[in-house]
Amino acid sequence: MVITPSPVAASDADLNFLRIDKLVKLFDDVAAVDEVSVDIAKGEIFALLGSSGCGKSTLLRMLAGFETPTTGKIKLDGVDIATLPPYERPINMMFQSYALFPHLSVWENVAFGLKREGMPADQIGDRVEAMLSTVQLKPYAKRKPHQLSGGQQQRVALARCLAKSPKLLLLDEPLGALDRKLREQTQFELHNIIKKVGVTCVLVTHDQEEAMTMADRIAVMSAGRFMQVGQPHEIYETPSCKFVADFIGNVNLFDAKLVEDEADHCVLAGEHGSFYIDHGITGTLGMAATVAVRPEKIKLSRTPPADAAHNCIKGVIADSGYFGSFSLYRMALPGGRKLQIQITHEHRHIEMLNDGEDAYASFTPDSLVVLTS
Amino acid sequence: MESAKMQAKGHATSPLASFLQRIAARGNWGRRSVIGVPYVFLVLLFTIPFLVVLRLSLTEMDGVHIMDLTSYVDGAVNIRIKLSNYIFLTSDALYVDTYISSIKFALLNTVICLAIGYPFAYFMARSQASIRPALLMLVSLPFWTSYLLRVYAWKGLLDDNGVFNNVLMAMHLIDTPIKMMHTGFSMMLGMVYTYLPFMILPLYANLVKMDLRLLEAAKDLGATPFQTFWLITVPLSKNGIIAGAMLVFIPSVGEYVIPELLGGPSTLMIGRVLWDEFFSNNDWSMASAVAVSMVVLILIPLVVFNKYQAQAGSGRSV
Repeated sequence: MVITPSPVAASDADLNFLRIDKLVKLFDDVAAVDEVSVDIAKGEIFALLGSSGCGKSTLLRMLAGFETPTTGKIKLDGVDIATLPPYERPINMMFQSYALFPHLSVWENVAFGLKREGMPADQIGDRVEAMLSTVQLKPYAKRKPHQLSGGQQQRVALARCLAKSPKLLLLDEPLGALDRKLREQTQFELHNIIKKVGVTCVLVTHDQEEAMTMADRIAVMSAGRFMQVGQPHEIYETPSCKFVADFIGNVNLFDAKLVEDEADHCVLAGEHGSFYIDHGITGTLGMAATVAVRPEKIKLSRTPPADAAHNCIKGVIADSGYFGSFSLYRMALPGGRKLQIQITHEHRHIEMLNDGEDAYASFTPDSLVVLTS
Repeated sequence: MESAKMQAKGHATSPLASFLQRIAARGNWGRRSVIGVPYVFLVLLFTIPFLVVLRLSLTEMDGVHIMDLTSYVDGAVNIRIKLSNYIFLTSDALYVDTYISSIKFALLNTVICLAIGYPFAYFMARSQASIRPALLMLVSLPFWTSYLLRVYAWKGLLDDNGVFNNVLMAMHLIDTPIKMMHTGFSMMLGMVYTYLPFMILPLYANLVKMDLRLLEAAKDLGATPFQTFWLITVPLSKNGIIAGAMLVFIPSVGEYVIPELLGGPSTLMIGRVLWDEFFSNNDWSMASAVAVSMVVLILIPLVVFNKYQAQAGSGRSV
């Protein structure tokens, strides 16, 4: 498994501000979280991305203190917190449902955590005011949560978490309860607030778009394990395994065998021709591998490209769809499978290929990724 | 409903059919009848009897004969409303003391039931979902035997030669029986025992549907388990507490059977006074006045309280 270190750390000490070490959580002998280790830097936004049941929420709940790890360590700023109860951890969590106290006003919700730590009343007032203006909810201080819209409730929940100046902020599906239009607007807003405050943040999501736009690094999780940890572009452009390539965005996968492997290039041969890749993979000749190519990295033409020896597949356009800024094609290959192709419309006048037309799909050597696992 | 309509069309001349037709034409027939049932029930079994009692309380009695409120003599309508019952009620220390004492016992009963019932309901609501039906069953199990029998059974336990005293004497812990029967203790025991399920059930219903993530959120924000309970669980279960307290307090005030069977000379309850007026003194008029003032005494705070509740809780989501 590949882990790229955080891009945001200023010093080595900051690099492992939150250290998760071989963390395991068993539920009736089933591992919900299976030996997960990662270092998260101070000020980093780290996303746990996976489908439901992959263990991301269990991991988050262990960080918050609602679940006790079966084995393993959680160190925050050098202190082992794995056995501390939630109310003694310098960590605050924003719940997916926001979990705002319905009997308390917005002001009282935000002040709740501050009162618990015994802050003097006048300081609480200042702090709550400051937090409410950060999330632009000052005029709503006296309202009850049910009198607010979903987006406003989310901001109250955020203000309530940030009021205590936690060392670590946890977000559980932060945008999950908002409708689509509000999500797009909110995810940038949320990102900006967190970055402005500078708090280290771990968020859980099943929405890759949310993870990509919010996070500095993403951990793709499956069956309790990290499949890959890296920056959004790394996860997308150089997935480390078939699972990640398939999970993030759309991808065309080809089974192939390694026939040539040099330092500066390698060639794999499969059912649909040979693939020439612009880097070596230090594998053994004849080994099975998967070649991945993203739909938007494919070119489509009516005539074969100049060099059709490699990286070119002939097929028939099966169906197509026009989406304004781009078009999607599905091209039927010999043997029945279909290739997904996305063509971006850079010019105003476009010429679409027709369904049933013969076409050539080609791609450059640097657009391919070889996956060996 | 469809068939009722067709019938109505077939015999359009009969009054019932035309009535049905009119209602069907107005629509919402099913809805009206469902809403109507409780109203009919309340009018027949509460409003009318109450008016009868109210009338009795304002009437003069001629022996056992109830006199008319109005009479027509010599071309004049005479209305005679007797207020002396009510005047007597407020001036006689017995009634005033009994009312106060009834409310005291009922309040005490409510507080004790809440103190025992809350942890009980909390435990039930937080236990595994699979055993909750069994626990609910245990709480409602006493209802399977007659209430009278259950209260009577305490007599056998608490009497001077009852089970408790016999066991204690046999163990030589006491020489002479402890006087438990016909005291405030025995009556309160019977009241708490009888009314506890009425406190537990609404509390349980409230606590079991509480959003546990709110409790996690409170802990996450630094509240200790006790603070979480006191600042979140208790305020959020307010409606359950109110419902339970009403269900216990209101019938306790007018309780008759338990004071009669388990109470003694020191436990004045309005229910017993009422009974004495009706059946010992045969003064139905006075007894009715006692009954009416009891209803009014309980109703007024209830109405005020409900109004306040409706204002405070308007639009609340929990």
